Amino acid sequence: MSVLVYTESEQGKFKKTAFEVASYAKAVADQLGTSVTAVTINAGDGSELGQYGVDKVLNVSNGDLDKFNANAYASVIEQAAKQEGANVVVLSSTADSKYIAPLVAIGLEAGYASNVVEAPSSTAPFTVKRTAFTNKAFNLTSIDTTNKVIGVSKNAFGLVASSGNATSEDFSPSIPSSGVTVQSVDKATDKVTIADAEIVVSGGRGLKGPENWGMIEELAEVLGAATACSKPVSDLGWRPHSEHVGQTGKPVASNLYIAIGISGAIQHLAGINSSKVKVVINTDPEAPFFKAADYGVVGDAFEVVPVLIEKLKAFKAQNA
Amino acid sequence: MKILVCISHVPDTTSKINFTDGDTKFDTNGVQFVINPNDEFGLTRAMWFKEKQGANVTVVNVGGPETEPTLRKALAIGADAAIRVNTDAKDGFQVAKELAAVVNDGGFDLVIAGRESIDYNGGMVPGMLAGLINANFVTNCISLEIDGTNATAMREIDGGKETVSTSLPLVIGGQKGLVEESDLRIPNMRGIMMARQKPLSVVEPTNASVETTSVKFEKPAPKGAVTLVDPDNIDELINLLHNEAKAI
Ligand SMILES: Cc1cc2nc3c(=O)[nH]c(=O)nc-3n(C[C@H](O)[C@H](O)[C@H](O)COP(=O)(O)OP(=O)(O)OC[C@H]3O[C@@H](n4cnc5c(N)ncnc54)[C@H](O)[C@@H]3O)c2cc1C
Ligand SMILES: Nc1ncnc2c1ncn2[C@@H]1O[C@H](COP(=O)(O)O)[C@@H](O)[C@H]1O
Repeated sequence: MSVLVYTESEQGKFKKTAFEVASYAKAVADQLGTSVTAVTINAGDGSELGQYGVDKVLNVSNGDLDKFNANAYASVIEQAAKQEGANVVVLSSTADSKYIAPLVAIGLEAGYASNVVEAPSSTAPFTVKRTAFTNKAFNLTSIDTTNKVIGVSKNAFGLVASSGNATSEDFSPSIPSSGVTVQSVDKATDKVTIADAEIVVSGGRGLKGPENWGMIEELAEVLGAATACSKPVSDLGWRPHSEHVGQTGKPVASNLYIAIGISGAIQHLAGINSSKVKVVINTDPEAPFFKAADYGVVGDAFEVVPVLIEKLKAFKAQNA
Repeated sequence: MKILVCISHVPDTTSKINFTDGDTKFDTNGVQFVINPNDEFGLTRAMWFKEKQGANVTVVNVGGPETEPTLRKALAIGADAAIRVNTDAKDGFQVAKELAAVVNDGGFDLVIAGRESIDYNGGMVPGMLAGLINANFVTNCISLEIDGTNATAMREIDGGKETVSTSLPLVIGGQKGLVEESDLRIPNMRGIMMARQKPLSVVEPTNASVETTSVKFEKPAPKGAVTLVDPDNIDELINLLHNEAKAI
């Protein structure tokens, strides 16, 4: 028996979420008194996973898996779980992992809990805490089946360093044919994505027009952040739809979220509740965002943001 | 083409979330229920297939009688028929198994569900359903075209989008983008009148087993008050973010 974790990579490098789910798997394994096996797909050398508690890495390297394919990836994870006799399979909350997880659950006849934010509060019954009602509440759920699939929310558990070493093995599962074929991928590779970003800088209708986004982009650049926006901003075509965050847009679970000229409507906040630290810059002290934020500046974005950019540049230069 | 649109009946986004019975049950008191927004995008796309390609559209919900007004609303928007599987939805796996029985009975070619529901945000049902009925599956779907039994879809991925080709039978996890928000329809009087004549059949559940159990709800701890920083003292903001919040 062991706990199996799928550690996602991109172009041969592990994503940060891979280390987070490895840390989570380690916590579960400690509770169950067992070890952690990671399965990787075209990730190259997996030994660094040892730093987050992984004991053994199953390396799959196969050209047929270069393009993401949910069915095939799910099948690989399933076969790894069966080989290892793993009852608990841990995945992250990236778009790809959320796509795979229900398929793995069906394959293993496993109960599945998604958006899990803490290590199990008990292992018999196996009880996890997950977000519900678009982050307005938590739900304690017990997974009652022998096999269990857990999807861990981003940035909820964090990275936990371990001192272990991971052994590495090649793993050659059979790859099923799939009825879904990727034709093309359209993705800006030079920009930090909202999903991966530690810091997100977001602009609302208070910025008046698309021509004013230069300072948002500059602030994001100084911070190594992704840019985002409120729904009306994408509806008006000021920014692309992929930047729209909130209940009907993307969820943000970054470490820092800076909202500029955003009022803080409930549907917007629903998408950013799981961000750790929230900063708001808004002219209106009555804006609801001030109730949700940790730090606030009541002020005009067109005056505050340029100053913030200059001061941050100086700060970065000093702390480089 | 026979399309099944899965409709999850969820609290309106602005609802106050409260719990009763020692925090084990969602308090529906004063809560307005709506069609899950992701399902509304899917239903609207299904209407397009109906009008342009002659598809037949059935909507389905797994739930108690209280969900019927939501199904009637879907009929008023234009669906041809509705099915309610008469059992409380307890977990994603159970719902997926009940839906699989409906798909197998009805011979549907295309199932349009939502990426996730806004009550439990599980994102479980469509993928599990696809796995159970052995259909192709595309989630986070932002465009869908059907030509005969071939389908072309676009999927939102982290940081971009992906175009895939696939074929029927197919399950979709839809979201905004599948249609524009301006395409969403508000039922008109004629639609509401016609919906009364349309069939809403209640089918008994297969009593699929439940794999997970909701034990209890919790509300997040109340947040401390915001720390306000003077706009003329941005150094202080940087100091707080660095030393106190450790966020930069
Ligand atoms: C079903 C449904 C789903 C929705 N989903 C989403 C969603 O996913 N995401 C989302 O964002 N919204 C969503 N909305 C819309 C939401 O209700 C709000 O309308 C929206 O978030 C408001 O966007 P905003 O804050 O940019 O604009 P506004 O509400 O217009 O706020 C602009 C803010 O900018 C401030 N401001 C003005 N000038 C300045 C200045 N010079 N400097 C600083 N501040 C300034 C103002 O004081 C104001 O607070 C949804 C609505 C519905 C009904
Ligand atoms: N009780 C239900 N009845 C019908 N469809 C449902 C039900 N629950 C979920 N769905 C469908 O599955 C999608 C994803 O739901 P979930 O897995 O709960 O996030 C929803 O958008 C619906 O299309």
